[in-house]
Amino acid sequence: MNIYVLVKRTFDTEEKLVVSGGQIQEDGAEFIINPYDEYAIEEAITVRDAHGGEVTVVTIGDEEAEKQLRTALAMGADKAVLINTEDDVEEMDQFTAAYILAEYLKDKEADLILAGNVAIDGGSGQVGPRVADLLDINYVTTITSLEIEGETVKIVRDIEGDAEELETSLPLLVTAQQGLNEPRYPSLPGIMKAKKKPLEELELDDLDIEEDDVEAKTETIEVYLPPKKQAGRILEGEIPSQVSELVSLLRSEAKVI
Amino acid sequence: MSKKVLVLGETREGALRNVSFEAIAAAKKISGGGEVVAVLLGEAVSEFGNELVAYGADRVITVEHPHLKSYTSDGYGQAFMAVVDQEQPEAIVFGHTAVGKDLSPKIASKLQTGLISDVTDIEGEGDDAVFIRPIYSGKAFEKVKLKEDGVVFITVRPNNIASLEREERSGDVSSLSVDITNLRTIIKNVVRKSAEGVDLSEAKVIIAGGRGVKSKDGFEPLQELADLLGGAVGASRGACDADYCDYSLQIGQTGKVVTPDLYIAAGISGAIQHMAGMSNSKVIVAINKDPEANIFKVADYGIVGDLFDVIPLLTEEFKKVM
Repeated sequence: MNIYVLVKRTFDTEEKLVVSGGQIQEDGAEFIINPYDEYAIEEAITVRDAHGGEVTVVTIGDEEAEKQLRTALAMGADKAVLINTEDDVEEMDQFTAAYILAEYLKDKEADLILAGNVAIDGGSGQVGPRVADLLDINYVTTITSLEIEGETVKIVRDIEGDAEELETSLPLLVTAQQGLNEPRYPSLPGIMKAKKKPLEELELDDLDIEEDDVEAKTETIEVYLPPKKQAGRILEGEIPSQVSELVSLLRSEAKVI
Repeated sequence: MSKKVLVLGETREGALRNVSFEAIAAAKKISGGGEVVAVLLGEAVSEFGNELVAYGADRVITVEHPHLKSYTSDGYGQAFMAVVDQEQPEAIVFGHTAVGKDLSPKIASKLQTGLISDVTDIEGEGDDAVFIRPIYSGKAFEKVKLKEDGVVFITVRPNNIASLEREERSGDVSSLSVDITNLRTIIKNVVRKSAEGVDLSEAKVIIAGGRGVKSKDGFEPLQELADLLGGAVGASRGACDADYCDYSLQIGQTGKVVTPDLYIAAGISGAIQHMAGMSNSKVIVAINKDPEANIFKVADYGIVGDLFDVIPLLTEEFKKVM
C-alpha cells in the first residue's frame, strides 16, 4: 500500500504567543509536529504494518521543518519529503498549500493519504479536503477509526460529538481526529535509524509549478492578541454563601442566566 | 458593489440550527444591500424555507433527493455546485459546523477561490468587509480579506455573530432538481454520544470538568447542572487522558474551541492548551481547591473550594431561582 501523510510544523501547544510588528514572533519558540498530524502518522504506520507498503511523510516549509520530518521517520515512517518554498513563496494560504501538495501527489498513485483534521496554528482545516478535490479522490474528515478489508474501508468519524459509521473505498484521503490512536514516542533505535532514512528536498521548480500559480487567494492584514481580561473576583466566605452570591452575580451582574 | 450571497442552511434533529440564522446575518453584511439566498439540502427540507426568510433570507432554494438524507461530501457537493451554477453568487457563507467544515474546502477548491474559515466577527460591509478569525485556538486573532476579485467564501463560528430579529416576511421558496450520482461514501449508522442533544460548539452554557473530577462518576453532578441550565458538559485534556470521559468532550487547543455565554470550569487547573479553547467565553466561573490555579487568572468569578461541595450547591441554588 502506497501511503502518504501530510504534516505541518507548528508552535508547541504550551507556548505563549508574542506579537510584534503585526506578526507572531517565532524566536526561541518550541516547534512540534501538529498534534493531529501525529495521529495521522501513527495510523499510517499501523496500516502499513498490517497491509504492507511504504509510508512517506510530506511537508511544506523551510529547512527548519527537517526536524519534524526526522521525528516522523523516527516514529516509523519510511521516507520524508520537504517541499522547500522559502525562496519562492512569500505568502501562503490554504489554496497555495493544497495546490503544491496536489501537484506533488498527482503522479504518486497514492492509495491512502492521511492528514490532521486541523492545524492548531491556522486552524482552518481546509488543506486535506482541498488536496482530495484536486486529486479527484474521495475524502473523509475527523476520523476516529479506520479499518481496511480488501476493497472496503470502514471508518468511524466524529461529527460534533456523535460517531458516524461509514464505508468507502481506496484511493482515499482521511483527516485524523483525536481518539483515532495513541501516537508512539520515537524509540532510541528508531531515532538512530531515522538519520539514515531518505529525506528528499524539492522546490517549486522540481514540481513544474510557477510562482504565479500558487499566489495566495487571501491576505492577512493584521495579527493581534486578544485584549487582556480584567482580573476576576474570587468570592469569599462560607461555601454556601459564596454559591448564592455567585448565582445572584450571574443573574444580575453578568446577566448570563 | 452589492453582492448576491448564498447561505447554506442546516438542520439538526428536525429543526434549523441557530448557526444558519447567524450565517444569514453575516451574509447580509457581506451583501452590501444585495440579495441573500439560502440553500437547503436534504431529503425533505422545504418546510424550513419560510423560517429562513423570517430570519433575513430574501429567497430560498431547496434541493431534495433521497441521496441527501445523510450528509456526504459527494452528495452535498453536487447539489450545492448545481445551485452555484444556477445562481452565480459573489459570496458564500456556511456555518463552521461538521458539515460546513467538511464541505466548504471542496466547494472552494472547485471555485478556485480563497476560503476564510471559522470567522467570529466581520468589520465593514460589502466590498470593504474584513473578516476576523481566531488563530492558535484563540491565543491570537487575525484580520483577513480576499486578495483579488473572486467569490468571497467564509464559514462562521456558531454563537459569535448575532442573528437578525425574526420577523414575518415573504420570500420565494423554490426547488431545484439535481441528479445526484456516484456517492463514494455510504453512511451506515450514527451513534449518539453527545448527551441530551446539546452540541458543545453551540451550547450557551458549558460545565467543564478536569482532573479534579477524579472519575467517570465524578461527571454526574456536572451533567445535572448542565441539564438544569440547558447546557452541555465539556472536559479538559487531563480528564480525557485519564479516561474519565470521551475525547469528543475535550475543550482546548487540541479539542474543541468554544465560546459560550457561561463557562464553568470545575477542577480544571488551567493549562495554556485548555485556556486556548475557552478563554473567549463571555463569562467564566472557576471552581478549584487550589487558590493558585491558573484558571482563576481568566475567570470572572472564582470560588476556592471542592467542586463536589460547590457544584451540587450551585444546582440547588439555581433550582430555587429558576
